[in-house]
Amino acid sequence: MATISVEGKEIEVDEEGYLVNLDEWFPAIATEMAKIDEVEMGDDHWDIINFLREYYEEYQIAPAVRVLTKAVAKKLGKEKGNSKYLYELFPYGPGKQACKFAGLPKPTGCV
Amino acid sequence: MSDGIKKFMFVNTKAPYGTVYALESLEVVLISAAFDQSVSLVFCDDGVFQIANNQKTDDSGMKNFSPAYKALGDYDINKLYVEKESLEERGLTLDNLMALTYEDEDDDWAEKPSIILVTRAELADLMDEQDVVISS
Repeated sequence: MATISVEGKEIEVDEEGYLVNLDEWFPAIATEMAKIDEVEMGDDHWDIINFLREYYEEYQIAPAVRVLTKAVAKKLGKEKGNSKYLYELFPYGPGKQACKFAGLPKPTGCV
Repeated sequence: MSDGIKKFMFVNTKAPYGTVYALESLEVVLISAAFDQSVSLVFCDDGVFQIANNQKTDDSGMKNFSPAYKALGDYDINKLYVEKESLEERGLTLDNLMALTYEDEDDDWAEKPSIILVTRAELADLMDEQDVVISS
């Protein structure tokens, strides 16, 4: 099993880099995963990551990108709830990459 | 159909826990929503327990995935048929089910109920209208 090292802790990840134990997540894990993917985390990234964690808390699923886009538009405004904006933040796909940083499973319906 | 949209109906007949059928069916439903098809769900027989409210799974060791049904509206899946006889045979009413809703895009995002109570006979007619019926 692969691991990443965050603040002295060895965190287990699967072959695609997603957390194995979702309960282990803490913010520095997102920062470390972002570093590996060469993404520089800013407030805009955290808005989406926090949003995803709240969504998962409520529905117990990681939303498909279409659903994420719609939900972000509703909560954070249209200028953020569009795929161009979200792909700029998370170039490997807002569904897959942001969910990974947020410690969520790979989105259901992500094909 | 000329526009390529087919009517899919997923029929859920089993209790939510103890087997993987309910969870696997839900995942297939969420994936199918990505393909812009017309998707409806049926809950009959013990399948009505899948959308029962106040599910507690702590003692079973299984994750309570019932909150995910509340996300169906976000996935534009808003026709959830519940068979009346199945509810009655189990001593249940609509009040024992989660209040599942969707926001109607064509009606200023008004929140509307997704659950539609149908009789066994009405359900048979609905199944006849489908292009694909998948049962689990």
